[in-house]
Amino acid sequence: MVRGRALNRFLKRPAAVAGLVVIVAFVALAVLAPLIAPFDPIATSWTAIRKAPSALHWMGTDENGRDVLSRVLFGARASLLAGVVSVSIAAGIGVPAGLLAGFAGGWVDAVLSRIVDAMLACPFLILAIALTAFLGPNLTNAMIAIGVSTAPRFMRVARAATQEIAGLDYVQAAYTLGTTPLRIAVRHVAPNILPPVLVQASLALAAAIIAEASLSFLGLGQQPPSPSWGSMLNSAQRFLTQAPWLAVFPGLAIFLCVLSFNLVGDGLRDALDPRGR
Amino acid sequence: MKLGVRIAQVIPTIILVSVLVFCLQQLMPGDPAIVLAGEERGDPRVLAQIRAELWLDRSLPEQYWHWISNVVHGDLGHSWRTRQPVAELIAQKLPVTAQVGVMAFLIAVLIGVPTGVVAAVKRDGPWDYLANAIGLAGLSMPNFWLGIMLILFVSVDLGWLPASGYVSPWEDWRQSLATTVMPAFVLGNSIAAILMRHTRSAMLSVLDQDYIRTARAKGLAEMTVILRHALRNALIPVVTLGALELGTLLSGAVLTEQVFSIPGFGKMVVDAVFNRDYPVVQGVVLVTALLFILLNLLADILYVLVDPRLRRA
Repeated sequence: MVRGRALNRFLKRPAAVAGLVVIVAFVALAVLAPLIAPFDPIATSWTAIRKAPSALHWMGTDENGRDVLSRVLFGARASLLAGVVSVSIAAGIGVPAGLLAGFAGGWVDAVLSRIVDAMLACPFLILAIALTAFLGPNLTNAMIAIGVSTAPRFMRVARAATQEIAGLDYVQAAYTLGTTPLRIAVRHVAPNILPPVLVQASLALAAAIIAEASLSFLGLGQQPPSPSWGSMLNSAQRFLTQAPWLAVFPGLAIFLCVLSFNLVGDGLRDALDPRGR
Repeated sequence: MKLGVRIAQVIPTIILVSVLVFCLQQLMPGDPAIVLAGEERGDPRVLAQIRAELWLDRSLPEQYWHWISNVVHGDLGHSWRTRQPVAELIAQKLPVTAQVGVMAFLIAVLIGVPTGVVAAVKRDGPWDYLANAIGLAGLSMPNFWLGIMLILFVSVDLGWLPASGYVSPWEDWRQSLATTVMPAFVLGNSIAAILMRHTRSAMLSVLDQDYIRTARAKGLAEMTVILRHALRNALIPVVTLGALELGTLLSGAVLTEQVFSIPGFGKMVVDAVFNRDYPVVQGVVLVTALLFILLNLLADILYVLVDPRLRRA
């Protein structure tokens, strides 16, 4: 019933619903890219180098004669995949660690919290760059780097929520009934820390997509010729005067995608926690 | 929180950061000695010499101890590429990033704080929605794309400002301003959005309080109430949150410096990554983390000094 009410509150926010619609559209375009893309995203063509947008090439062609629209569509795959995989890694490390820290308290909490402090002290992108540098630059390592750098945020959120829930009467009642701590943590506490974790996840998705685009822009993510929005912007920069359209569309795609995840994240936060704001 | 406790908490964090940075090196695939030896990688004597020099033939705890005792003495190792001390390289590049960073922060405050105040005062009105929409757009815009678009319009189309490069203010301050104002705006933009959100919520909680109603009841002009009474108190949490944004600033600097070809800290770390110059990458991570920890400690101390209510705690 509580969830139904939260869903209603979410659906009453036009901006959040619009964000959700755009995300669904991006996912559909990414999944259907091989079917709907008008051209092969990596096929070069000497006769179609740097052509402005036209009826044939809606977003123009790039410095190798590749169709920009097809590359933007396939680029959505890299961005969304990077977002989902790195946030899953982050939640997979951060949530159990936060649950453990919040539930166990004492020295376990102290040690985990100091490790999180140390990781949060390193600027997010610089840590991610350093990790990809040492692991070797490719999309998989970029996703691992972003995931590991994001994990401390999930740990903090999960820890705070766990501490709040662990103090509630029903958890104390479960103790009195002789339930084992592990069972309490998994069955009684974990499902109830889901709302703040979900909000964190949608905002982290937005940040992860920007981070993947940033790493690919720097040449540390998706490697050419595979399309990614960030690496497309990197090569677009060299042709700003001759082919400005190359810089417009991939950036617009990142902006729209990230904006939508932020709108959904804000909507979820307001819907799940009506006390906030 | 007691200041002593807060300062004591910083020490284990700094030690853990150093361990973390040291561990980065262990992720590296392959043998660093072979990378360093270059053409002479077939000569076992050269490899042995490099390993001995860099303590690579010792156990990990010994390697860490060797590395950290050098770091404590200000020696961050040498660049594998140029053989220059890493500390010297960082000291050369940091002022450039600091100049752009300070300008970015000023721009962020000038945009973020007034829009946050207007949004809070005109709560739920059209100005509030507009400010929130612009804030959200600012947060969602990848700053390297904003930089590229600005270069396209301001430099390529209008020809008002140089598209890239950097001139030191000691050489020619006008030219220096011209080369740094666009990067500073790009860098400040996302922080402005964060400051706007914080200022808005801090103002909203202050505007509800009794002393504001008293000030209005006294017949003070609304402008005086907002600026003298409300904003002054709302700004305290905003200032400390500003210190937390140093990380955003440094992360953003990596991208902005790349877009505008500014020879700062961020460009140095990207170049180091491509040259596989690992000591430089390690040094940069360590120095940025230490800066972040110290600035936040300073912000906490200032917070206590500025707000008398926290002093006795």
